[in-house]
Amino acid sequence: MKTTKEISLGDIAAHAEELRGENMTLNMGPSHPATHGVLRLSLELDGDTVVKCDPVIGYLHRGDEKIAENMTYNQFVPYTDRLDYLAPLANNVAYAIAVEKLAGLKMPERCEAIRVVCCEMARISSHLLGLGVYAMDTGAWTVFMYTFNEREKLYSLFEELTGARFTTSYTRIGGLTRDLPEGWLKKVEVFCDGVLKVIDDVDKLLTRNGIFLERTEGVAPISKELALAYGLTGPNLRASGVGFDLRKDKPYSGYEKYDFDVPVGTKGDCFDRYLVRMEEVRQSVRILRQACKSMPGGAWYAEDAKKIFLPPKAKIMTKMEELIQNFMIVTEGPQIPAGEVYFEAENPKGSLGFYVVSNGGGVPYRLRIRGPSFVSLSILPVIVPGNYLTDIASILGSLDFVMGECDR
Amino acid sequence: MGGCPNLRQTTMVKSDFGYNSKVEGEVIVTRADAVVNWVRSHSVWPMPMGLACCAIELMGAGGSRFDISRFGMEVMRFSPRQADCMIVAGTVTYKMAEVVRRIYDQMAEPKWVVAMGACASTGGMYRSYATLQGVDNIVPVDIYISGCPPRPEALLDGMMLLQEKIRQEGGSLKRTFRGRTVETKIVR
Amino acid sequence: MEAAVLTDRFPRTQVLPAQDMPTYQVAGEDLLETVRFLRDAQGFDLLADLCGIDWKDRTPRFGVVIHLLSTTHKEYVRLHVGAVHDAVPSVSSLHPGANWHEREAFDMFGIRFDGHPDPRRILMWDAYPYHPLRKDFPLAGIEVPFPAADVAEVTGQSVKPAPMMGGPFVSPGGKMSEGEPSALDQSWNEEKPKA
Repeated sequence: MKTTKEISLGDIAAHAEELRGENMTLNMGPSHPATHGVLRLSLELDGDTVVKCDPVIGYLHRGDEKIAENMTYNQFVPYTDRLDYLAPLANNVAYAIAVEKLAGLKMPERCEAIRVVCCEMARISSHLLGLGVYAMDTGAWTVFMYTFNEREKLYSLFEELTGARFTTSYTRIGGLTRDLPEGWLKKVEVFCDGVLKVIDDVDKLLTRNGIFLERTEGVAPISKELALAYGLTGPNLRASGVGFDLRKDKPYSGYEKYDFDVPVGTKGDCFDRYLVRMEEVRQSVRILRQACKSMPGGAWYAEDAKKIFLPPKAKIMTKMEELIQNFMIVTEGPQIPAGEVYFEAENPKGSLGFYVVSNGGGVPYRLRIRGPSFVSLSILPVIVPGNYLTDIASILGSLDFVMGECDR
Repeated sequence: MGGCPNLRQTTMVKSDFGYNSKVEGEVIVTRADAVVNWVRSHSVWPMPMGLACCAIELMGAGGSRFDISRFGMEVMRFSPRQADCMIVAGTVTYKMAEVVRRIYDQMAEPKWVVAMGACASTGGMYRSYATLQGVDNIVPVDIYISGCPPRPEALLDGMMLLQEKIRQEGGSLKRTFRGRTVETKIVR
Repeated sequence: MEAAVLTDRFPRTQVLPAQDMPTYQVAGEDLLETVRFLRDAQGFDLLADLCGIDWKDRTPRFGVVIHLLSTTHKEYVRLHVGAVHDAVPSVSSLHPGANWHEREAFDMFGIRFDGHPDPRRILMWDAYPYHPLRKDFPLAGIEVPFPAADVAEVTGQSVKPAPMMGGPFVSPGGKMSEGEPSALDQSWNEEKPKA
């Protein structure tokens, strides 16, 4: 005998809770191709939609801030390379400027111009990789290959300047490691022409690509108020409509001499963040061209920084006072006066801040590193819920973070 | 193609391939180990455990300038079940160490581990409370590559050394692979 | 923004000398009101940074340093707050971005933030017993069991202190020292083997 049960729509509505089932907890683990490093996302899914997202970080916490309290200021420079390891020169420059501010040093023009060139090349390097990896996560492998090839040219330039492909450790407190090599600026100008072509290629491949637009337009929009509330900085903030750029608004290292625009987005979704980064590369090339043409001559380090910067080798070998200075600066560290300073630089990922507290002497009392990626990731629990699981790759790629900076 | 190195020693006839079909009659006689190891060494699928800056040089080695694809290694499998070799590229912290070990356990035999860079080999310049001083504390390592970060050429050199090591393994057809204390070699 | 604007409204606030931005010592009880006033009335809309600091020899021992940025007026302000009984009111209700910064300050120093919605460790694993950035915690670390019990069983490892012998070569600072530079942490070296 067949038994049938009549169910009305009203019954179904009443039992909707039971019919829905449970949410699934999914771990998007620290070892994952789309998480750009060791980030763990603890997700709660309702079918395909994310209901809750809890990022777990700290898998790359190496203890940089504690190490800084045991190192002299110059010995810490290699550690700054490994913070945002996609743009090491920019980190070097930011750290050097922060400590020089504490010491009250004024850099000569050539030093400032070289630092600007380094920062902008680092910005291009970071954005090229950011765009390449972002496109790769949404499925476009070719873009990754193009941008990586262009980055190799940058690596050759860095290698000629500093000796290392990346992790350059180029700046010192009070100046740089060495002056520019002969003919290097010409090579930079040649590179500038090349990178514009590659950016145009990437533009052709992605900006009006239907698939890319579907995956990024309208995904995870961050409103202006949300961006300010969470302390976002850099391209992420500008894509949300806040036109704040430290290079224009609190210029450092001679940025006020160069003429460039700052791209600002409107909606703050993933596509806007992509567009802002593309345009920033073009503006960086503009700055680079101006800096290369107008590179001033003169000293490349602060010659009056007696207890901070190493004297030139020729004098060390022949004069007593310079020999003693060299010995003291190397063993005791650059003598920075007591005080505190907070300096933020416009790094490719956002504002990299260094808060240095000194009790006098060559070793800092407290060195706090404000990593922009740390702040960018803190917004994930707010913007990820409501999107699909596959959108997470787009969101992570568009925020362009690096775990070295986040975890330190 | 160089062919199997062992093969050249067994033939008396000089030829490009160390093998003269008129004499041999389309049959190559060699050790089973040689064939298996030759296949394994030329198709090492790395699992990039890219943790920090060394991962960028690993990606650079996969790019078109340094082309790890020449060695058959461009297939970077992020799933441990499908990978042969885990390249630990970057600093391993204590928090991450359990993840590295779990993923190592999930890899199928035969498997090798390459410690790429100073941080993975010995903890590098991060002598601190949070950094594991060398990934060989938790997984057995076959090849150490020095550098901070190692140039992609150094990585390729290390992978070639790994290939040589694979070619010299014995007992490759046995069920149990190696319950071993691995003989390790430092790459310059 | 003039210093008097803040000190008139909050009489317990003191002006501290600093070379780069206006710096104030704010009392813990006034912190929320001060930050609210700065955000709503003075336009400091972005929380640039919030960090802890261990003043070894002062009371209170721990402090919290807050940097606020005004994107409209393009200026910074720094607030120092002392952590009385190791606790400071949480500003995450006013600036949600402070959530993670406060978790990090708790993780590294042990400073409690009253009113924080999610007080747990962020950089170290949850079961880690110490607060690493305190001045009395050694750089090499202290031995604790491995975070994952199953891996510890298989490998026989624990969280060991890093070997400092041959570590960073600095003179302990101050005037030119008598001996040659040697590693800062001398708990084991050629003369004194590891305990």
